[in-house]
Amino acid sequence: MSDVVLEARGLVKHFPITKGVVFRTKAGAVRAVDGVDLQLRRGETLGIVGESGCGKSTLAKMLVGLEKPTSGEIQVRGDDMVRLRGPALRHARRNIQMVMQDPYASLNPRMTVGDIIGEPFAIHPDAVPRQGRERAVRDLLDVVGLNPDHINRYPHQFSGGQRQRIGIARALALRPEIIVCDEPVSALDVSIQAQVINLLERLQRDFGLSYIFIAHDLSVVRHISDRIAVMYLGKVVETGSHVAIYDQPTHPYTQALLSAVPVPDPRLRGHRRHIVLEGDVPSPADPPSGCRFRTRCWKAQPGCAQHEPTLEVRQRSPHPSACHYAETLDLARRY
Amino acid sequence: MNFDPQAPLLQVNDMHVEFRTRDGVARAVNGVNLILRPGETLAVLGESGCGKSVTAQAIMGILDSPPAHVTKGEVLYRGVDLLRLPEDERRSIRANRIAMIFQDALSALNPVYSVGFQIGELFRTHRGASRQEAKRRAVELLDQVRIPAAKSRVDDYPHQFSGGMRQRVMIAMALALDPDVLIADEPTTALDVTVQAQIMGLLAELQRERTMGLMLITHDMGVVADVADTIAVMYAGRVVEYAPVYDIYARPAHPYTKALLESIPRLDFKGRGLNVIGGLPPALTDIPRGCPFHPRCAYARDVCRQDPPPPAYQIASQRIASCHFIREVLGV
Repeated sequence: MSDVVLEARGLVKHFPITKGVVFRTKAGAVRAVDGVDLQLRRGETLGIVGESGCGKSTLAKMLVGLEKPTSGEIQVRGDDMVRLRGPALRHARRNIQMVMQDPYASLNPRMTVGDIIGEPFAIHPDAVPRQGRERAVRDLLDVVGLNPDHINRYPHQFSGGQRQRIGIARALALRPEIIVCDEPVSALDVSIQAQVINLLERLQRDFGLSYIFIAHDLSVVRHISDRIAVMYLGKVVETGSHVAIYDQPTHPYTQALLSAVPVPDPRLRGHRRHIVLEGDVPSPADPPSGCRFRTRCWKAQPGCAQHEPTLEVRQRSPHPSACHYAETLDLARRY
Repeated sequence: MNFDPQAPLLQVNDMHVEFRTRDGVARAVNGVNLILRPGETLAVLGESGCGKSVTAQAIMGILDSPPAHVTKGEVLYRGVDLLRLPEDERRSIRANRIAMIFQDALSALNPVYSVGFQIGELFRTHRGASRQEAKRRAVELLDQVRIPAAKSRVDDYPHQFSGGMRQRVMIAMALALDPDVLIADEPTTALDVTVQAQIMGLLAELQRERTMGLMLITHDMGVVADVADTIAVMYAGRVVEYAPVYDIYARPAHPYTKALLESIPRLDFKGRGLNVIGGLPPALTDIPRGCPFHPRCAYARDVCRQDPPPPAYQIASQRIASCHFIREVLGV
C-alpha cells in the first residue's frame, strides 16, 4: 500500500545478561521485544498498550533509532532505518521524531527553550537557514500554544503541561511525518492531560502527522487512536481498529486488561465483568514456553505450553489475535 | 483517653495547614471539613498540589514541622481531638486506631530489614510480643493479604517482591493492629491496571471484613467511581464539593468537578475532543482572592473575584458545594 509511512518487520531486541567481571560470558537475555510487526499509515494514530515490562518503550526507542534492534527491519519511505549509516541515516531520522514521557527529565535544565527547540536545526543545518532559525522557533512556540516571547526562558520556569508542549515543539521542528509519543501525558494531571491530548490531535490534523502513541492508560489510547496493538511480554497479542479492540476484544489478555480499567461512572458498578488475573507478569528473561500468557490465562489448555499461537485472523476473531481460543466476550452490559 | 463511641469515627473540622518556606508561606490546606463513618469509603479527589496528601498527613500527625504548621482546626477521632494530644498518646493512636498506606511501597518500606521483621515490629512495639510470636503474626498477615507461600517469604526483603506484592506487604503492616480507620494515599497509582484491580479488590474485602473506615486519596476518577461511597473534591486546599458518589457523577454541583469529569477520556466510548480546563492550578503561595477556581472557571463573575470565597452551601442532606452559582452548574 502506498500510504504506509512506516513498516516494521520481525523487530527483536534482546538485552544480554552477563556473568563474571573479567571474562564476561553471556548468561541469557532479556527478551524485551521478541518479534513485532507493525504498519503505520499516513495521518493515522497507532496506539500501543501494555503493562510495564511488555516492551512498548523499547519498541519506541528502536523505531526512532535510539536503540539498535537485535534483528528485524524498519522501513520508512523505502529506506531500512536499521541498515542506514552516516549522513543517510541522519537525513532519514528527520522524518521520525519522539515525544518523551517525563517533561522534567527530557529537557536540559541549562538550555533555554529557544536552544532546546532550535537544537534540531543545529544538527540538521540545511533544514532552516541560520538567519531564519529564531523565527522558526518562535513559530513553533506559537503552534504549540506557548508565548513566543518566552524563547529565552529556562525549562524550570514552565509547568509540567507547558514543558510537554516544549517537547512537542522540539519534535515538530524538522517537520517529520511520524512522531512517536512514549507516554506523553502520563506524568500530567487530568486537567492538563486534556490540553495536551487536544493539542496533539490538532497538530495531527494541521500537519497530516502519523502518530505511534504508547501509553498504559487505556482510556487515553482509545480516545486518540485509530488502530491499536496490545503487547504482552515483548509480543503483539492482538491488533485491530479501536472498535475491534475495545468493543470486541478476542484475546484473553486484552479482555482482562480492559475489564480491569475502572470506568468513571458509578452506575456501572456491578454491571461490568471483572476478570482479575492471578499473579504477576513473568520475567522477560525467561518467558513461558508456547503462549506467553498461558501462566495467567483462565482459558489455557495443555496444548498452549507447546504451540505458540501466531497473530492472525481466526474463525472467531475477525481481527488478528494471538490465541488458539480467541473469541469475543461481552465485557459490559450497557444501559 | 476517653473515646466517645457515639461520636463520629473520624471528623476533620476547619483544618488549616501552612508551610513556612524561604519563598513565602504556602497555604496547602485552607479550612477542610471531612467526616468518615465506620465501613464507609471516602474518596478525597484532586490534582497535584490540591492539599489532599497534606490533609492525610496532618490527620496522621506525620507532617514535618517545621516547615509544616497546622494553624487551626480539629481532628476528632471518636470525639477526641488528636491535635491536642501529647506525642506519646498520639503515637499509640497511629497504627492502633488509624493506619496509613502510601503510594510508593518501595520507599515506604525499610530496605535493610526483612518484611517479616518490619511487620513484626508493630507487635513487638505496640503489643510487647516476643520475636517468635511477632514472626508468627507476620506470616498470618502476609497470608491474609494473599501473598503466596507466606511462610517462606516472611524473611525476604522488600526488593525481592514485585510492585503489587510490596503494596500487599504495606497493607499487611497497616492492618496489623486492627485499626478502624485506614488512610490510603494513592495506593495504586504506581501499579499496572491488572495489579491495581487486585489491590483495590483486596482493600475492599478487608474493609468489609473489619467494617473499617477507608479514606482513599486519589486523582483517578475511575477508581473513585468503582469503590467510593462519598467524595470530597479538593482544589487549592479547600473541599469544593462533597457528595455521595452517584450524585456527583450524575450531576456535579461545582464547576471544577464538572470540568474535571468532562476532561477525562473514557474507556467505554470514544468521544470527540476533550473539554479543557484552561490555565493552571494556582501556586499555593499565591492563591487568588475570592473563589480560588475563578481564573479557570466558565461561570465566574465579579462576585467570585472578591473575598470572602464562596461558603459551603448545603444543597441536599449529604451534599455540599462551595460555589456562588450552584443552581446554574446543576442546570436548575
